[in-house]
Parts: sequence; structure tokens; C-alpha cells
Amino acid sequence: MKLKSALIAMALGSALGLAGAASAQEKIKIGVSYPTPTHAWASGMNWHAEKAEQRLEALYPDVDLILVNSPNPGAQASALEDLVSVHQIDALVVLPFESEPLTDPVLNVKKSGALITVVDRGLSQPGIEDIYVAGNNPELGRVSAVYMKSRLKEGDNIVILRGIPTLIDNERFDAFMAEIEGSGINVLDNKHANWNRDDGFEVMQDFLSRFPDIDAVWAQDDDIAIGVVAALKQAGRDGDGMFVVGGAGMKETIKSIMGGDKLVPVDVLYPPAMIATAMDVTVAAFKSNGPVAGRYILGATLITPENAESFYFPDSPF
Amino acid sequence: MSVDIKTLGPAIALILLCIVGFLLNPAFLSEGNITNLLTRSAFIGIIAVGATFVITSGGIDLSVGSMAAVIAGVMIIVMNNAVDVFGTGIATVLVGCSCSIVLGLGAGWTNGMLTTKGKIEAFIVTLGTMGIFRSLVTYFADGGTLSLNYDIRSTYRPVYYDSFVGLPIPVWVFIAVAIAGWILLNWTAFGRYCTAIGSNEAVARYSAIKVDRIKTWTYVLQGLCVALATIIYVPRLGSASSSTGVLWELEAIAAVIIGGTVLKGGYGRIGGTILGALILTTIGNILNFTDVISNYLNGTMQGLIIIVAVWLQRGDWGRRSPPTS
Repeated sequence: MKLKSALIAMALGSALGLAGAASAQEKIKIGVSYPTPTHAWASGMNWHAEKAEQRLEALYPDVDLILVNSPNPGAQASALEDLVSVHQIDALVVLPFESEPLTDPVLNVKKSGALITVVDRGLSQPGIEDIYVAGNNPELGRVSAVYMKSRLKEGDNIVILRGIPTLIDNERFDAFMAEIEGSGINVLDNKHANWNRDDGFEVMQDFLSRFPDIDAVWAQDDDIAIGVVAALKQAGRDGDGMFVVGGAGMKETIKSIMGGDKLVPVDVLYPPAMIATAMDVTVAAFKSNGPVAGRYILGATLITPENAESFYFPDSPF
Repeated sequence: MSVDIKTLGPAIALILLCIVGFLLNPAFLSEGNITNLLTRSAFIGIIAVGATFVITSGGIDLSVGSMAAVIAGVMIIVMNNAVDVFGTGIATVLVGCSCSIVLGLGAGWTNGMLTTKGKIEAFIVTLGTMGIFRSLVTYFADGGTLSLNYDIRSTYRPVYYDSFVGLPIPVWVFIAVAIAGWILLNWTAFGRYCTAIGSNEAVARYSAIKVDRIKTWTYVLQGLCVALATIIYVPRLGSASSSTGVLWELEAIAAVIIGGTVLKGGYGRIGGTILGALILTTIGNILNFTDVISNYLNGTMQGLIIIVAVWLQRGDWGRRSPPTS
């Protein structure tokens, strides 16, 4: 019994201590939680989050941004609890690992009174987040299709390489097909290349053996596009106005677009920098005189040689 | 060697697959596609030759896919840095390749020693190193993709894309590794020791076979095969990331088992392994050649064909009971 009461006293003491420390600083604390980067797009996001942290903290000395990344949904849920209990955050910017398992943890953060900004992947219950910032998957498909239509004529043939079978991939694909319908452009076939270069290479090799006449390729993603380009060059079918449209906004791709590449002439943006947008908007909730709550759906901008420079971040890993 | 359906099983399965492929689309048997198929099989095939030794002697190596990824990553880093010293010529490529071989041997030796001297089950050791290698490549690449310097890429590119006497170079490497593996397994004391250890480790030990040493050697051999596969993989796209070589370990193990080697050890067939690797690649290729089957069911088709191919050999309908050395 003695031990137990001693522990309780210690816990109370440390809680009081923490509360005292927090009120002494009176900083606006904003937690930023996202998955540990394990692929290029995510490490680009990590880079942009760190950039935004430096920039915003330099701009507002009383703002403290706390970046935490987690390797799995469980760890992210624990990280969210820590942000509330240890850091007592005033706002949370979160890119959930998965919607379902993180809905309750984010709801608990909201109950602590923090402002909630959700990035990219929505939660499975509506109305939890105050601010929502996301890329636009259907728009990525639609913009790609519009570009295809501008370059191709009736009777031309395209093939499609898709990502990993997921909701994101379906949204992009369905929107692309809806836009291309009725244009007279033939979609010869579509196969999953899992957003990866090796699969892009092999699937494209097989498409090239199977279809003697292909006029353009929708690769949906910059990594797949790199594999596709290697396969086209190997087969010597990279000339005759053949072109490939990827997506995301990888720095190497954007650089070659700036250089006037004919084979990959454009790219469609799905920016990892959206985390920075979310952080900006969240800070603005404390600093701006304008209202900020709401849904921010970023455009799937078509990146061309003319505007490529503003999307080029040579220091980012992506 | 008597002709029986069990040893011919993988060959029959491959021929059937080719017929199906041809019926779906005659372009399947075009020269270009066959070349693509063989070249593509080379990675898994070479790794699977090494895996045949590990599995025959009763072990397992789950780390090969991650090992390939980390070796590819380190090779790229080393070559990019070597440009300043050795220029963009053959020398830099040779430095990269030697680095690959050293890393492969080292990684294999580590797996082997931990299994034998460390007395930890191979499954656990290689599950551990699988995670370590995979996270190392992610770390080296800073979560992104490591890319080979463009100038070296043009020097190194022919290793994947060029042909010699009508066959691409990776296919020649595959053939050489297969022949060497076949001789080693069937015509040397080392091969017989592997089989003996896989059959019964205790008896092998009483028969004065240096069990630990032989088992360690199988992992070293596996590491060497991974290094060779990586040397021909890197020039293909000149990049490595955390998605490189994902699930190669399972494909290699599947190729070995489809080929007739027994998973619990004691019986191994290199020829079967080669056919197994070709079968696996052919399934993927055929699925790309048709839109009859939903994309979402690709995994189902692969799973079914693997199970049927093994059942053809193991089913109790043949004239002999399953081979037990």
C-alpha cells in the first residue's frame, strides 16, 4: 500500500510539474504525425515537413512544431497519445497510416481540445477533422486523360499501367477511363505495375511484345514511368511521337521535363509537399485573421516545361 | 535414370504453360518475348540455384530478396563514389562488382555462422537478417531511391541489355551458374554431403561429415548467387530502393520446390529449380498477355499453378513413393 501511494504521489507530482512547465512557456504546440518514410514519395513528404517546420518556427517564434513519424498504425496511435499527454498539443496535423485503426486515436486527441488537421488519407468517420488537406486522385486521372486527348486522335492506341490494387488506384483509373470514353482512343489493356520500376519495366515489355501498335502510355506514376521508358528504349520503340505520362512529381522527372524531354513531356502533380500546406493552414488557424477551417483539395496540376520550375526541389529525396 | 513423370513434372508443366500462352496470343512465342522471359528468369533463377543447396541441406534462407536490395544499394553508392577516383570506365564497374561479391559472401557467411555456430534456427536467423538488410537499404537511400551515376550507367548498361551469340548476357550468366550448380550438387563430395545432411544431420555427423562447415558453405554459396544476380540486376534500371527484390525469397523458394527439391531437405534437383524459375516467370508473363482473367486474380492463378505443379510430382498417383534420398 505504501508503495502504491508513493507511486500516485510521484505521478501527481510529475503531472503538476509538466503542467507548470507548459504554462510557463505558453507556446503554441502543434504535433505533426505521419508514417515513417519507407518509399520515395513518403521521404519527400518527410523532407517537406522538416522544411516547413524550420520556416514556420523561424517566422513565428512562439510556434513549436513537433514532428513524429511512426512505422505502423499501432505506433502512430501511441505517438498521438504521447503528443497529448507529454506535449499537450494545441493542434494536430496527421497523415493517418490507415483510416480505420487511427480514427479513434485521432478522436481522442480532438477530445483533449486540440484542433485537428487530417492530410491525404481521410478518417473513417466524418466530422472529426477541422481542416482536411488532400491531393486529388480522380483529378489526377482526369487531367492525364485530358492531356492524352490533346495529343492523340481517334483510333490511336494506349496502354495503362496501374498502381497497387487500392482505392487510390481505382479512383485514378476510373476517372481516367470516364474522361477518355467517347474520344475514340483505344485502351488496349491495363495491368497493375504496383508503383514500382521493376514491375513497370516487365509489364511494359509484355505490352510491347503483345501489341505492335502503341501510341502512348499512361503510367500513372513516375516510378512506373521510369521502368516503362527503359522498356521502350530496349525495344527501340521510343521514337515516332510515342509518349509516356506519369504522375506524382518526382524531381528527376520534373528536371527532364524542364529540359524538354519528348518521351515524358509532362507530369501530373500529386505532391508530397501537401504536408507543408497542411502545416501552413494549421498555423494560420492560430495566426491569421481569416477563417481556415474547411476542406482543401489540391489541384492535380499538369506540369509542363513552362511551369516545371516551381515544382522542382533538387534537395528533396523525391 | 529411369523416365518417370515425377522428374518430368516441371518440364511438362512448363510446356503446358507455353502452349496455353501461345493459344492466348501467338506473340507469346515471338523471339522478343522468349528473350525477355529468359532474361527476366535469370534473377530468380540464379538465386534459386543457391537456394537449392541451402534447402537440400535442410536449411532455409529468407534474406535473399533483402540481401539483393542492400547489395544493389551499396554497389550503387560505391560506384557513384568511385567515379572520382576511377573515372566512368570499366574500372568503376569492376569495383562495384567486386564489392557486390564481397558483400554477398560476407552476408552469406554471417547467415551460415549464426545458424551453425550460433545454433539459431535458420528460419529465425534469416528472418532477422531479412529485416536488417531491408531497413539498411531504406536507410542508405534515405527512404527514397538510390540512382546510379548516368555516365557509369552507359558503361554498365550492356551487361543487361547486350547479347552474345543471340542470347542476352544475363541468360549466359544464368546458364553458367546452372551448370556449375548442377556439377557441384551431383558430381562432387560437397553435393553429396549437402544431401546427406539434409536427410539426417545426426547420421551425417557420425559419418565424419563436417556438418557445420558444409552448412555454412551452402549459405556462402547462396550469398554468392545473390551477388551475381545483383550484378546483372543493377544495370537494368540503375536504381535500388526499399521496393527492390521484395518477395524474391519466396519466389526463389517456390522455384526450388516446384523443381522437385524437398523443402525439409535431403533431396535436391538443380535442373528442376531452373524449370521452376522459368515456370514462375512464365506465369507472370502469360497473365500480362491476356485480359481474360481479372487483374485482381493474378495471385490466385500463380498460387494455383504452383500448387498443381508440386502436386503433379508429389501426388500418390505415380509409381514411386516420394524420393527420400
